[in-house]
Amino acid sequence: MHHRTWGEKVFDGVNMVLLLALAFLTLYPFMYTLTMSLSTPVDAKMPGLHLLPMNPTLEAYNKVLTQSGILQAFVNTTIRTVGGITLVLVFTSLTAYPLSRKSFPHRGLFMKLFVFSMLFNGGLIPMYLLIRNLGLLNTMWALLLPGVVTAFNLIIMRNFFQSIPEEIIDSAKIDGAGELRTFTSVVLPLSMPVLAVIALWSGVSHWNAWFDAMIYIQDLDKQVLQLFVRRTVIEESDALASQTELMHATSYSKETLKAATVMIATLPILCVYPFIQRFFVKGIMLGSVKG
Amino acid sequence: MKHNRFRAAIRSYASNKYLLLMFLPGFLLFLLFQYVPMYGILIAFKDFRIIDGILGSPWAGLKHFEYLFAGAGFTNALRNTLIIALLKYAFVFPAPIILAILLNEIRLNWFRRTIQTVTYLPHFFSWVILGGILFTFLGRDGGFNRILSYFGVQPVSWLIEPSYFYGIIVATDVWQSVGWGSIIYFAALAGIDPTLYEAAVADGASRWRRIWHITLPALAPTITIMLLLSIGNFLSVGFDQIYNLMTATTSEVGDILDTYVLRRLLTMNYELGAAAGLFSSTFGLLLVVVANRLVKLYDKDQGIW
Repeated sequence: MHHRTWGEKVFDGVNMVLLLALAFLTLYPFMYTLTMSLSTPVDAKMPGLHLLPMNPTLEAYNKVLTQSGILQAFVNTTIRTVGGITLVLVFTSLTAYPLSRKSFPHRGLFMKLFVFSMLFNGGLIPMYLLIRNLGLLNTMWALLLPGVVTAFNLIIMRNFFQSIPEEIIDSAKIDGAGELRTFTSVVLPLSMPVLAVIALWSGVSHWNAWFDAMIYIQDLDKQVLQLFVRRTVIEESDALASQTELMHATSYSKETLKAATVMIATLPILCVYPFIQRFFVKGIMLGSVKG
Repeated sequence: MKHNRFRAAIRSYASNKYLLLMFLPGFLLFLLFQYVPMYGILIAFKDFRIIDGILGSPWAGLKHFEYLFAGAGFTNALRNTLIIALLKYAFVFPAPIILAILLNEIRLNWFRRTIQTVTYLPHFFSWVILGGILFTFLGRDGGFNRILSYFGVQPVSWLIEPSYFYGIIVATDVWQSVGWGSIIYFAALAGIDPTLYEAAVADGASRWRRIWHITLPALAPTITIMLLLSIGNFLSVGFDQIYNLMTATTSEVGDILDTYVLRRLLTMNYELGAAAGLFSSTFGLLLVVVANRLVKLYDKDQGIW
């Protein structure tokens, strides 16, 4: 163990202060929104950093939940997320497994097709025309089907399946299990780590998705949570920004409602964050294996 | 000979017929949603009429591309996109590398892990949520101005002032991605042989020299790969972020290729939108291929394929 010099101590001190400042700047916007959502309009107006609400109240949440139609959007997003995870897991694993078997013909060619789709795509407008021609506009399927089998998920699953020792699969076959049976009762139970990572990934991305819903879904009662937030918070703020600039005043009752709307969409992710964070980190490592 | 190979292929599919049945449903969905849109790109070269369909519509040659480059809307969007792309490479790309190096110098495990957990957080939210938070935070009476007021800075409406727009895009992108992006670099640092550092200490190397001569070289291959992986998205400068942070007053400086294409979709100007989309995806593909070739010239074991 070497002795730390004076210069090293300064280095360590500055480094820690820098990292603490970064952590504060990362969290503060979230804390500020949370405090706003729990404040009365009068308190929200007070000067200071608002790290904690002065007189916490759920008034704004109450108003948003009962008056705005956010519950319908919440339900739609939940259905979308659960349905999306299910479809992704079923179809991606079924498609990836044959590509991990050496006996499967032309698998090199198929893999090339998947890889190329990561480098080049048709773009927004051909995709929109396809969805329209399929008659999927204004249906949940337009949000679910396009992402069912994507190259990235598929490659990660195939790589995992390939790492399962050949002997385990062969012995299942010797015991008389068919391909599907081997897959469901031997391969899948061994693949829980990769299935969990893909499930969480697609869960978070479905929960957060909004652009596809913005262009494919017209009916308000079919709209997803993110778009509800966009309409009631961002578009509203954009419209108000130029006015308040002239009047130099912010409507704090509106600010607390907006903050509550944002927090309602944020809370589910915040609740699962401690659990899923480590899985996501693991997923990055799975993804970085050169395939 | 050819006939035999065909028969052999049929036979090997037949002997794998259950695998084939498992494979096909997902593969067909993949073809439908990834490759059929590629065929749809044809409308960039057509005068699209809905009743005639894509194939039936008359050819238009390069008319739409000429129109794109002649009009001010597309060239403005292209210029903004290039500016934002370069700014992001200059400031957003190096940020996680620096963070990983700083984290690597921390000896207190709990401290490091706390910083990591906190900085990963914004990655998990959509830009709609982050935009909602930032509209409150960066408003005239928002939290950011409250911090600045302690330093005597007058309040500013950050999101409606066009001259701040690029700065805000860069800063909020760092905010959202720096922690998450550092994971991959941090993992690369964990693989460094600790005896290298011990030897450097024995030789009297300072912290800076150790970072410069051991840490950075150890990161170089990861940096190259991350650069290669990101270069294909050079013109995708963050539609979600920009669209959700743009206001009426910043739409001129914030209009990028992706928002341009979206506007063509909303005005049902499909050919122009498809042409602009094809321009940016071809550009991205070319960049990846060229960059990969260059990296391989330098070191043939590197590169993404």
